[in-house]
Amino acid sequence: MTPDTIDIGYVAKLARIALTDDEIERFSKELGELLGHVRALEELDTSSVPATAQVVESRNVLREDVERPCLDREVVLEGAPQRQGGFFRVPRIIAQ
Amino acid sequence: MNREYEAVIGIECHVELKTATKMFCGCRNEFGGEPNTKTCPVCLGMPGALPVPNAKAIEQIVRTGLAFGSEIPAFSKFDRKNYFYPDMPKDYQISQYDMPLTVGGVVKYWLEDGTMKQCRLTRIHLEEDTGKSTHAGSGDGRIAGSSYSLLDFNRAGVPLMECVSEPELHSARDAVAYLESLRRTLLALEVSDVKMEEGSLRCDANVSIRPAGTTQLGTKSEIKNMNSFRSVERAIASEIARQTKILDSGGRVVQETRGWDELHGVTHPMRSKEEAHDYRYFPDPDLVPLAVAREDVERWKSELPTMPWQRFERYTAQYGLAVNAAAQLVDNLTLAGYFDAVVARSGNPQQSSNFVLGELSRLANDTAVDVADSKVTIEHLAELISLVESKRINSKIAKELLSRMWEGAGSPNAIVEREGLAQTSDPSAVERFVDEVLAANENVVADYKAGKVNVLGFLVGQVMKASRGKADPALANELVKQKLSS
Amino acid sequence: MTAAEIARDVSAGRVSAAEVTAATLAQVEAVEGEVGAYLTVLGELARSCAARVDERIAAGEHLALAGVPIAVKDNMCLEGTRTTCGSKILEGWIAPYTATAVARLLAAGAIPIGKANCDEFAMGSSCENSALGVTRNPYDLSRVPGGSSGGSAAAVAAYEAAIGLGSDTGGSIREPAAFCNLVGFKPTYGRVSRYGLIAFASSLDQIGPLARTVEDAALTYDIMAGYDPMDATSLDRPVERTADSLRTDLAGLRIGLVREFDTKALGERSDALYRAAYRDLERLGAELVEVSLPTADYGLATYYLIAPAECSSNLARFDGVRYGLRVESNDVRAMYDETRAAGFGPEVKRRILIGTYALSSGYYDAYYVRAQKARTLIARDFERAFAECDLIACPAASCPAFEFNAKGDPYSMYLMDYYTIPMSLAGLPALSVPCGWTTPDGSNLPLPIGLQLCAPLFGEKLLLGGAAAYERATNFALAHPPQTGAVRA
Repeated sequence: MTPDTIDIGYVAKLARIALTDDEIERFSKELGELLGHVRALEELDTSSVPATAQVVESRNVLREDVERPCLDREVVLEGAPQRQGGFFRVPRIIAQ
Repeated sequence: MNREYEAVIGIECHVELKTATKMFCGCRNEFGGEPNTKTCPVCLGMPGALPVPNAKAIEQIVRTGLAFGSEIPAFSKFDRKNYFYPDMPKDYQISQYDMPLTVGGVVKYWLEDGTMKQCRLTRIHLEEDTGKSTHAGSGDGRIAGSSYSLLDFNRAGVPLMECVSEPELHSARDAVAYLESLRRTLLALEVSDVKMEEGSLRCDANVSIRPAGTTQLGTKSEIKNMNSFRSVERAIASEIARQTKILDSGGRVVQETRGWDELHGVTHPMRSKEEAHDYRYFPDPDLVPLAVAREDVERWKSELPTMPWQRFERYTAQYGLAVNAAAQLVDNLTLAGYFDAVVARSGNPQQSSNFVLGELSRLANDTAVDVADSKVTIEHLAELISLVESKRINSKIAKELLSRMWEGAGSPNAIVEREGLAQTSDPSAVERFVDEVLAANENVVADYKAGKVNVLGFLVGQVMKASRGKADPALANELVKQKLSS
Repeated sequence: MTAAEIARDVSAGRVSAAEVTAATLAQVEAVEGEVGAYLTVLGELARSCAARVDERIAAGEHLALAGVPIAVKDNMCLEGTRTTCGSKILEGWIAPYTATAVARLLAAGAIPIGKANCDEFAMGSSCENSALGVTRNPYDLSRVPGGSSGGSAAAVAAYEAAIGLGSDTGGSIREPAAFCNLVGFKPTYGRVSRYGLIAFASSLDQIGPLARTVEDAALTYDIMAGYDPMDATSLDRPVERTADSLRTDLAGLRIGLVREFDTKALGERSDALYRAAYRDLERLGAELVEVSLPTADYGLATYYLIAPAECSSNLARFDGVRYGLRVESNDVRAMYDETRAAGFGPEVKRRILIGTYALSSGYYDAYYVRAQKARTLIARDFERAFAECDLIACPAASCPAFEFNAKGDPYSMYLMDYYTIPMSLAGLPALSVPCGWTTPDGSNLPLPIGLQLCAPLFGEKLLLGGAAAYERATNFALAHPPQTGAVRA
């Protein structure tokens, strides 16, 4: 049996979303409820059934090793929240 | 290293494939260039973009697997490895988790003394490379202490092969020899430039030690940031020493990631990610499974070039070449190709090696022309070898001829015929020269008889001079000695 | 005018694309204040596209959708236009490329009138989850247009476009079509390229048309469908034209009625309407058979694990690094956390959280894998059912358009997808076609309801053909005009 409470704080960390205490409480409740419904799946006998990998079977959809035009750099950087010269810029990666 | 312990090392390599385009999009796959000029919605992870796998990359990884004798499973797939990092355009990496394109295999390598060894592979899988980040504000370009970072996504999406070895290497030396063999093989296959300085070959080492004779694995640490084979050797050696010291003093090794500090010759624990990554692998729903066609596998297998260790084994075990001669040839594929052809023609590997690695390589160096591109054809070199073998000419003449052939003189047989350069091996003819020389150098003869035996060389040299170099030197030597002792 | 009529008239030179566009933009001007279908009206782009279409017609080119004004759901990239997915996190983002499906329609002469509002990242069934605008149902402005393709539906219903492009993951085309008196069609998974459709759930998303007639939907589908080398999940199968296979009756067809979808559960009025609809199908010559989809009841549970799992990964890219919203922070981790906190609405957050959880270590097998296995069971149920029938008929939604803020509890909103989710999970082609009007208690305006038809994989031709016969015989769509007033274009 799967547990019916989620450690929302831990999951939010994995998903990189900062939650307020209110949100943690609210989502805990709402997602707990959803999980309760979802646990109905345990009633199904899935022991000899393969997981759906694809809805419509297909294999080997590939492309040839042929060049396609790239985006112009100005277009690439146009929407950048912060840029420096030809680069995207982000704040320090390791917190102080 | 304390002889009570055995080091256990596994190597993980990331190899950038040199396909024309990236793994999942048609952007050019090329080292260098202005930042962010080789990108598109797909490799930038823009909303709505979708990946489509590069058929060539799949071919290259399968060929690589075949070269190492790996198994190519009937089905394979791509999975998403989910984690956040600024050089990851989608904040997940398309990789392979439980159904890689190749499984198993063996890397054969050799040590400096020519001993052949091997290390098995766990698997090789395909994934996409991340972008590149440079860090500013820390004074040394390192990430620790930096105040901001700059991102270039030219490299994002380049196809990467991850080669994972079994933990079967037991010394830093073996690890480097393994890497060198891996590198040579990838070069022979032409799948990658494998240049550590350009990042097309990167490697990490998992190092642990255990009491000699035991089988349980000790706690391992992962060593990163080694930028050359030399670094790899030093870093692994340093880590073995560090762990030895810990165990010797009764401590316990902590499982961690450590970065090699080239400047100070030590490893430091890397700023560990606060929580261990939960990558939440799942099959990528944007991609369909791969079923590599058996006909393709058979064809690629039959078209594989000779493997470096196959060459090395043939050269040492079969041809009896010295280890460093064999190694030199293995490391220069065009030279090796030329050499192989000469051997096939002349049937004399020893002489072929002598000429190719000796005089020809010297000429090549001096004139900045590759041996294989020179005017010395394979047929002509084989002729020369035959002439020397049959003692029709002596080595001095051979050397002269080679210089002239390098300049385009053509067939040595023809030259010898035309100029009458055939060595004189007729004893009576040589004897006449010997008599001449001994008669003209009575005082030297007296010196010899008085005990100065090293003047023999001078006298033989005079015979060679008198015969205009054509006397068989060995015969001359023999006859001079004979006459002097009578 | 329908899209088919516009295309014919513009092609024949009876009216110019410029005139149709001008009239449509005038309608937009007139009703947008009330309807709010569009987040961005593309006046300038529409006019320049129209001018080019007129040039091409004059040069003798045949354009199947000549001058047809279309609404493009704002989760589809159209180069140079603001593409927001109804989210603050992409509020100012300008798409640098165009989605393949959209490009194909534009190449066929369609005119992009605007980017239509939608539930944020296509997550929702009412359009109320949009962070950037409110869209009202043109048939009753106090009610929702449905979702997540609510804007596209409202635009077509209010004559602000002839065709709306929507995307359907669990019902997001079919349900708003039902709420807004339209035909809404979701093709077989893989028939229409997803390149340029901002992904919600990759194994479920499909682009499809919302239109006033089955013919219009068929015309649009015929042009959009087909293999796209930019989408590895698009099918390399020949596309049979559907627009010229529309039927006038259902003789020889067996229509399956799903035992588990008893319409009594929908209340007296709706039950009566659906039973009348089934009788109409019979009158058209179809044989009604009972079929069973025993696992269909688990559709919601299955969907609400798979879709969030995939979306949790698909939405990771919205991180403030390369585009979109960024909340400036001292370090990258804080930047991620605060950007995503500020940029995503509550429903999106909920789904990312549950999806992340379902994929996480220790829970992956119990949740995600188990759901994918349940999905196989559901697909097999349909296979078995289709051995007994050619098309399945059932409700498109469990109720007509509801009032704003009526579904406060998330799970009650999820229930709106009850009838549409199983088809999505099995990848089957399905559509909603108007099948009647109802006036719920407390409402003074008649509200449309939709009949859902579903065909086996690749059965678009039969599906649209059959729907056309039903439409022709009943014409429910024409019974009542929208509340927003007069038709022009």
